[in-house]
Amino acid sequence: MALTDTSLGHIRPPVTDAELAYNARALEKDRRRENIQLLRLALPALAIVIILMVAPIGWLFSLSFVGEGGGLSLENYSRILTEGAYVSIFVTTFKVAVLVTVFCVLLGYPVSYVLAMLPDRWAQLLLLAVLVPFWTSLLVRTYAWLVLLQRRGIVNETLDALGLIERPLALVNNMAGVVIGMVHIMLPFLIMPLYASMKSIDGNFMRAAANLGSSPGHAFRHVFLPLSMPGLIAGTMMVFVMCLGFYITPSLLGGGKVQMIAQRIEQSVSLFPTWGPASALAVVLLVLTAGFLALSWLIVRRLTANQ
Amino acid sequence: MSRSAPSALPVFISSLSKHYGAFCAVDTVSVDIAAGEFLTLLGPSGSGKTTLLMMLAGFARPSSGSVRLGDQEVVHLPPHKRNIGMVFQNYALFPHMSVGENIAYPLKLRGVGRMECGERVGKVLDLVQLGGYQDRRITQLSGGQRQRIALARAIVFEPRILLMDEPLSALDKQLRETMQIEIRRLHDRLGMTTISVTHDQREALTMSDRVAVFSRGRLAQAAAPRDLYERPVSRFIADFIGESSFLPVQKASGGLAYGGQLLHLADAADADLPEPMLMLRPERLDVVRAGQAARDENTNVFNGTVRSVVFQGESLLFEVGLDQGDVVQVRQSNRSQCTENLPSKGERVDLLLNRFDTRIVRGEG
Repeated sequence: MALTDTSLGHIRPPVTDAELAYNARALEKDRRRENIQLLRLALPALAIVIILMVAPIGWLFSLSFVGEGGGLSLENYSRILTEGAYVSIFVTTFKVAVLVTVFCVLLGYPVSYVLAMLPDRWAQLLLLAVLVPFWTSLLVRTYAWLVLLQRRGIVNETLDALGLIERPLALVNNMAGVVIGMVHIMLPFLIMPLYASMKSIDGNFMRAAANLGSSPGHAFRHVFLPLSMPGLIAGTMMVFVMCLGFYITPSLLGGGKVQMIAQRIEQSVSLFPTWGPASALAVVLLVLTAGFLALSWLIVRRLTANQ
Repeated sequence: MSRSAPSALPVFISSLSKHYGAFCAVDTVSVDIAAGEFLTLLGPSGSGKTTLLMMLAGFARPSSGSVRLGDQEVVHLPPHKRNIGMVFQNYALFPHMSVGENIAYPLKLRGVGRMECGERVGKVLDLVQLGGYQDRRITQLSGGQRQRIALARAIVFEPRILLMDEPLSALDKQLRETMQIEIRRLHDRLGMTTISVTHDQREALTMSDRVAVFSRGRLAQAAAPRDLYERPVSRFIADFIGESSFLPVQKASGGLAYGGQLLHLADAADADLPEPMLMLRPERLDVVRAGQAARDENTNVFNGTVRSVVFQGESLLFEVGLDQGDVVQVRQSNRSQCTENLPSKGERVDLLLNRFDTRIVRGEG
């Protein structure tokens, strides 16, 4: 039952149905105007996305179905599936992406953990150390690795001087060089989401685990690690997906011996008279990437749903 | 005091200190807690009560001193070897485990078999009145339920000591009061030596056998709730536990006087306290219209004027300006025989204070 309090009845100005109806209309109009205002604010960004993203990708997509003869065909896709060279490029791409991701996790997890455990002031200083290289030009960093890793570079010279090696290690123009360079470039992309997720883990969880009888190692494995999983998966997927489409570092540090999809796309454009084959490769890469992102999103949602 | 469980241990804290640089968070505190006793550490924020609890649990390293559980020194033991149960302020229930897994966690670590584990989890859930909640997710629980699960997890492995860090602070007032009674009931049943931290005096008085009040890192007084309220050793305690007004009193021949008026005291020995202050609890005073009170040697009478009357539901709060210039608060119970004929704002009144409620406290310290 709705209670009404009209204790000031003798001085209450009367409210007519017409006035109430007018108010309702005015409020509705207000609401609509607010929605239109919001749409207007989003319009520029929306236009940019449509003109610069949706349209070109759509065009690319349609080009991938145009055969050498200029007619509609699936020959670009069937070539990818049947030609051995393409298959090996996909294998290399995934191999590099997996290796880089694994090394990023092995190096990045401890760094994030230390950052999350340190007092804020120190953590921010060290985070800066992670971010400064991230802000430096990718090209500069890649060339720097070329200098460091070459036959008579600083790394080989130092190892030689220490008597650890007898002849220079082949650290560049091969898979090792590509992985070293890419790990360095990708590390911040793993550390940042991981650090953020570790930072949000309440210190009392680890205290509670210890209080209940867990040794520090056991508490880490059974409490901290599972709680940091969403951040780890987010970072891992970010790195993995970025690796799939990487171009500059593998082409410079691989010395032509490590062929990834992006390089092949570039070659296709110059090799074939039409854009069809390159477009088909790009579409396959895009679909694979989207698939991985969707998968990671599902896993993260599954994990965080329980928390 | 409640009956103690056979496994309950006494706790002896001796000269325990914790320094952070020049700042002394806990300053040479010594307290003994009897086996099965419920002790509450009470104090304003920054008084050192939480630091003391963290040192008992092993999360903070003392600068000096000793903590013994029974005859075992634990000051050097890491937290996971202390076998002390703890309820955390925000419960710290593991969000990636179900209710059952949370409670079984300490049991698994102690090598309890699967069958027995399930049995004990079921039993402790019944004890906190959440039977059948094993498979719930932590996120599906309300605040009060989380509190109960946290308690269940802390007691399921039958620890020697139970610690609670502001266990009820996250709950709303009504639930808090229910849980105070429930925790007390559970303690009476289990008889575990329990040390709780709170800044809520009502909670401390309701749940504890004894309350230890802290001020600036030091133990100010440790006493049973009733003694603490009735016989505070200092103005700080009287101010912190319950409401009170304080009047400056002077030494006079034959005892203590307020504004030239000799006081009838509950305890004549109080006259010898340094810097004596008269402690007035608002509910111990009666307010009547001037001249209507009978004077005898069992009642102290103060003259003043009503400055305001506030209706607070269960009681009315009067603010009375005394002729000597001090302001005191008087609470009159909201019962019809008390509220009829009460004076109103601006009226001259007499305040009546029974001699046995006339308590003197030390001014400071």
